[in-house]
Amino acid sequence: MSDKIIELKSVNKWFGDFQVLKDVNLEVGLKQKIVVCGPSGSGKSTLIRCINRLEEHQQGQIFVDGIELTQATKDIEKIRAEVGMVFQQFNLFPHLSVVDNCALAPIWVKKMSKKEAEELALQQLETVHISDQARKFPGQLSGGQQQRAAIARALCMKPKIMLFDEPTSALDPEMIKEVLDVMVELAKGGMTMIVVTHEMGFAKEVADQMIFMDEGMIVEKASTKEFFANPKNERTKLFLSQIL
Amino acid sequence: MININKIYQWSRTNLFSNWYNSLLSLIIVFAFIKFIPPLLNWLFFDATFRGSSKAECYGDGACWIFIKVWFQKLIYGLYPENQVWRINLAFLILIFSVITSIFVKPTIRRYIIIFLIFVFPFLAIWLIGGFAIDIESLEIYIPILEEVDTRVWGGLSLTFIIAIFAMLFCFPIGIILALGRRSELPAIKYSSIVFIEFWRGVPLITVLFMASVMFPLFLPGDTNVDKLMRCVIGITLFEAAYMAEVVRGGLQALPRGQYDAAKSLGMGYWQMNALIILPQALKIVIPGIANTFIALFKDTPLILVVGLLEFLGMIKLAGANPDWLGFAVEGYVFAATVYWIFCFSMSRYSQRLEIRFSTERK
Repeated sequence: MSDKIIELKSVNKWFGDFQVLKDVNLEVGLKQKIVVCGPSGSGKSTLIRCINRLEEHQQGQIFVDGIELTQATKDIEKIRAEVGMVFQQFNLFPHLSVVDNCALAPIWVKKMSKKEAEELALQQLETVHISDQARKFPGQLSGGQQQRAAIARALCMKPKIMLFDEPTSALDPEMIKEVLDVMVELAKGGMTMIVVTHEMGFAKEVADQMIFMDEGMIVEKASTKEFFANPKNERTKLFLSQIL
Repeated sequence: MININKIYQWSRTNLFSNWYNSLLSLIIVFAFIKFIPPLLNWLFFDATFRGSSKAECYGDGACWIFIKVWFQKLIYGLYPENQVWRINLAFLILIFSVITSIFVKPTIRRYIIIFLIFVFPFLAIWLIGGFAIDIESLEIYIPILEEVDTRVWGGLSLTFIIAIFAMLFCFPIGIILALGRRSELPAIKYSSIVFIEFWRGVPLITVLFMASVMFPLFLPGDTNVDKLMRCVIGITLFEAAYMAEVVRGGLQALPRGQYDAAKSLGMGYWQMNALIILPQALKIVIPGIANTFIALFKDTPLILVVGLLEFLGMIKLAGANPDWLGFAVEGYVFAATVYWIFCFSMSRYSQRLEIRFSTERK
């Protein structure tokens, strides 16, 4: 596959004595949308945190856009700039207004002019439908608005890949939809996405491929249709029966 | 009548709600009546303000003539009187730039702050210490401002010189040490820890003795570092260690998600700290920073032990003058008032900063 943008080859990772990732193999093609699910503690978050090296893996190889992530990778910042990430707890910068949250990295990392970066920020805030909140501080926004602002902030770096780490788990139920809607629009726009989520409705709508993880291993990997219609693994069946 | 009723109601609920509150209120009222009038009498009503010699002091009140006569020395120390304008000019520049910075646009204010931090301290030292153009190879020597040895600097102006320099340098050094202590590189981490723990473990008075007596012994014979400068460096490093721990408290209060978010946007170590981490961490520890600065300001009299006389030192010197024996109390009351005014101003200023930087739920 020539347009393969992320590749994990038998990745292993430990936290102390505890093995969180066991021989994980994964390939993500350009514009592919992958949804990762599984019980808590199964290593889903760790997996995607390894992809932009917020966590270091100890064994195996991870390639992002053809570059291997190792201890020696000097330009890790450059790779991170190409991989956008959205967190469960939003992690907006509370001391900056929403528009400054979005414009900060383009100005300092991409050396964009202040004016240009602000225009870009407002444009991205428009795509997540909160341009009217641009001058407020994160603490003045609702959870759903904060998460959408966080998505806009990541998009301002024009990433090739977007990683979502349980983006709706910290939200009140009535705010989940507004965030998922934005993510669906993003997916339809052709973004490469890896999403850790339990929102199976969202998965059915946008995912090309489903991954089920348990105890640090990828237990089942299948196309979305196959995964929901005909899960092969017993643990997947159990999990699906519990959350659907 | 309504007013009296209100006062009655208020005192019923706040002062005399039950028997022990009533008792406490009465004791406090009694203490006020007993102690405040004599204090006011001593400070103002029976005090002597006019005159120019000890003989003119009469009555039981304070003799403020003492302060008046020595005022020049309390502010400028033994600095030559005909050169005092240089100190005044330096502080006028400071006050002028601080006041203008309040009223101008943020873009211009930035330049004033840069001037105050990077140019002004050295300009002031130049102005107060004097300088000359000295090109030995051409045998040119033009004294532009008469050199004034730091041994005759003193009084409140010296207090400020020491405090301003120490604050200016201990703050960035403290930040670097705090970041160093949390570094993942063992060499940086452990040297920061050793530095902080060493300076925190030594009394300031020892530091000053070391700076003034021991330090020259380690230097080659012909190098001569000014004693005042050695003391300022000593105080700076001492306070930097405290500052480092204050800042570290702020760094530890930040959730890990802030680091994750900054990294995931492609920021490097310095960008992450300068743009995301420190602005938040320093905001959290404004009270602690103010605390350290106030403590630093009040630590300056300790340079007395190495023979430098700042404000309190000059008051002691004046009180020990044979012509003016017996006026120590006036001197100390005056000193306490002056220190209190400046420390309280710092405290108020820090509270204003806290409000200005708060972005939570405006």
